[in-house]
Amino acid sequence: MEMPQPDPAILARRDRILARLAAVLPADALISDPAETRAYECDALTAYRCLPMAVVLPRTTEEVAAVMRACHEEGVKVIPRGAGTSLAGGSLPTPDAVVIGVARMNGVIETDYANRFIHVQTGRTNLSVTGAVEAEGFFYAPDPSSQLACAIAGNIGMNSGGAHCLKYGVTTNNLLGVTLVTMTGEVLRIGGPFMDAGGLDLLGVICGSEGQLGVVTEAWLRILPKPEGARPVLMGFASNEVAGACVADIIKGGLLPVAIEFMDRPCIEATEAFAKAGYPDCEALLIVEVEGSPAEIDEQLARIKEIALRHDPVAYREAETEDQAKRIWLGRKSAFGAMGQMGDYICLDGTIPVSELAFVLRRIGELTESYGLRVANVFHAGDGNMHPLIIFNANQPGELEKAEALGADILKLCVEVGGCLTGEHGVGVEKRDLMSVQFSDADMEAQLRVKDVFDPGWLLNPAKVFPLYVTASRRAA
Amino acid sequence: MRPENEAELAEIVRGANAPLVLRGGGTRGIGVPAAGEVLETGGLSGVRLYEPGALTLVVGAGTPLAEVEGMLAAEGQRLPFDPPDMRGLLGREGESTIGGVVAVNASGPRRVQAGACRDSLIGVRFVDGTGTVVRNGGRVMKNVTGIDLVKLMAGSHGTLGVLTEVAFKVLPAPEAGATLCVGGLDDGQAVAAMAAALGSPFDVTGAAHWPGRGTFLRVEGFETSVRYRAGELRRVLGRFGPVEEVAGDVWQAVRDVAPFHGRTGDVWRLSVKPSEAPALVARAGTEAVLYDWGGGLVWLLVGAGVDLRARLGAFDGHATRMRGLGPVPAFQPEPAAVAAISAGLRAKFDPKGVFNRGLMGAA
Repeated sequence: MEMPQPDPAILARRDRILARLAAVLPADALISDPAETRAYECDALTAYRCLPMAVVLPRTTEEVAAVMRACHEEGVKVIPRGAGTSLAGGSLPTPDAVVIGVARMNGVIETDYANRFIHVQTGRTNLSVTGAVEAEGFFYAPDPSSQLACAIAGNIGMNSGGAHCLKYGVTTNNLLGVTLVTMTGEVLRIGGPFMDAGGLDLLGVICGSEGQLGVVTEAWLRILPKPEGARPVLMGFASNEVAGACVADIIKGGLLPVAIEFMDRPCIEATEAFAKAGYPDCEALLIVEVEGSPAEIDEQLARIKEIALRHDPVAYREAETEDQAKRIWLGRKSAFGAMGQMGDYICLDGTIPVSELAFVLRRIGELTESYGLRVANVFHAGDGNMHPLIIFNANQPGELEKAEALGADILKLCVEVGGCLTGEHGVGVEKRDLMSVQFSDADMEAQLRVKDVFDPGWLLNPAKVFPLYVTASRRAA
Repeated sequence: MRPENEAELAEIVRGANAPLVLRGGGTRGIGVPAAGEVLETGGLSGVRLYEPGALTLVVGAGTPLAEVEGMLAAEGQRLPFDPPDMRGLLGREGESTIGGVVAVNASGPRRVQAGACRDSLIGVRFVDGTGTVVRNGGRVMKNVTGIDLVKLMAGSHGTLGVLTEVAFKVLPAPEAGATLCVGGLDDGQAVAAMAAALGSPFDVTGAAHWPGRGTFLRVEGFETSVRYRAGELRRVLGRFGPVEEVAGDVWQAVRDVAPFHGRTGDVWRLSVKPSEAPALVARAGTEAVLYDWGGGLVWLLVGAGVDLRARLGAFDGHATRMRGLGPVPAFQPEPAAVAAISAGLRAKFDPKGVFNRGLMGAA
């Protein structure tokens, strides 16, 4: 993965730039000692690392604005960072850039149950947003699997999803407003505690823009009343095709489960060896979860069972107790841990039309074999968001490159069948060079124009999201 | 002009050097009518893809809304966001197109539960002001690849490009529904009752207050579930006033703002924090009012030419004049820094300034 050469003029002005930052920040908010900036050299895409020139950890929107103004005046690039859990390298630094981390801005500004929103600083973690409202019976719906650690800032940056998107949508569907600090240090409020921001949908553009347009310091988030209860059912099938057909039939049957999770045989075997959840020995497994009162859950599960039985499941288990429910989720929730036991892995994130599920799984199997690697599939089947996990050995020279090449082939396949490169992780640097598989130059040009408007100097998180050749002239200007 | 396909449309736009007025069915346009030659999108119609099992629909932007809804209904599905029919309110004739629905981000009472049009929209194709075809999003519901222009196009009122194709996540239509009505509430009590219902776990899909008629709450889903939740909701609402179950046809009236049909005056639409709505309405000096979205959406009928924003003062939200001509802009003026971004985007997507020039405020 190529990154642009650092700007020597900026590197030469390091002392002056640090002095300017120090002038607008409390002493403990500026980090420039490499021993300390080391912690910010990468995010969860650990294959790529780079020390930034400095890291700033402001506590207020005003401090963020002051840093942005200083960086703008000095022509210094800025890398916004939430909690650093990006799997796509969204907050990978460059040597000539300043990282702005919002981790210290983690307060709740207002909770309003009558109007069903919470106003937070964006360094707050995803799970602690729900934590702030659950005593009143509410929750924040997007639930990326890193929700214990990931920050709302990053959720907005990447438009994060989770396991429950089929019913509740992703971040953009649960975001009411933001405070955005632009590269020039202007503080904009877009939207707020009401539905549908007026004018052009700038909120929709900002959400998922991967730190290309500004630094989001505050957010108004929609909160929802917690359902009365939820219950999963587990079903095993003789083939991926049958499991895929069952998913389509459940959806066609008018049911809208909150989650439909899919695991294939390699994934089932790995998680069984690791977590011993007692999963059936089968080719494909679905975990379907429904919500409501006990009677409503019974009714939905009865309908799901009727549909599932038409597909001759080799196993069908309903959770009758809380403990059984936990066991059903146990394997799924430990899937990533199980993969970690098998070796290093790359987690892909392409989305495909649900109707292409069986074909895509078969092709992934063939591709994997041709590379001599192993892939396990675990994903959100209701919405087609796949997470093939490519297992490899990072200590063996050439394996990472091989795994990356297989990953690229799988993502190209996702696009070929009508899907996309990334469903919830973002492009970052990881999928940057594949963008031209999904988009024509004209399609990308239209996206670049949005960045031109928000960040004409191309200082915000440059060299991400778009192939370098597409952005070269803008970054050089 | 009425191009029959995307390539013809692109050709027209490339050659255009005078303002164009974009028109789907001509049933929803608001604001001061832009001047220019009319460019109709009705030729860009037809279903490109419909997969009920994947809840996915892709159609030409000029496809009539009625055709889209009919096709979905045949499979027991629907557009989640409940697009209103604005003809009665705006005094228009014609056949609404799906592209027009997207262009104004039209969303009805279900918006409170299922999201707005922009939330169901998962992909677009459009021709920008240079005559270039641009694709964004796609046909899958989870997609964060690149900058999201899908949302940007929704609600852009034809000022950034001409939509040629739109893709939606659709949803199953519920097999049953129940509507409860609480009688005799004033506006403040009504908003409180709706907040209590929307804050309950009983999955309310409609919450409207029609002064003089009642405060209405809806649940939908499978029959036994609807019976259960309607019963529970009755308990939640009981402390506000007498609750009775009524026919569901009130929702179409709310969606289409039927109480204002045939009445003269300007029509305004407020997006507000629900709890602040009654006080704003009191300040508005309105002739008629209708609350939807639990009070988050307020329809107001006021005298022709009234500057409603001056009456309301500053508030969290925005006010749009949906019907009427007056000296004040139809769209809420934006703070200077935000307006500069909006103007910048228009200048980038429509550098010749040919699309619905000046409609949303920036000329």
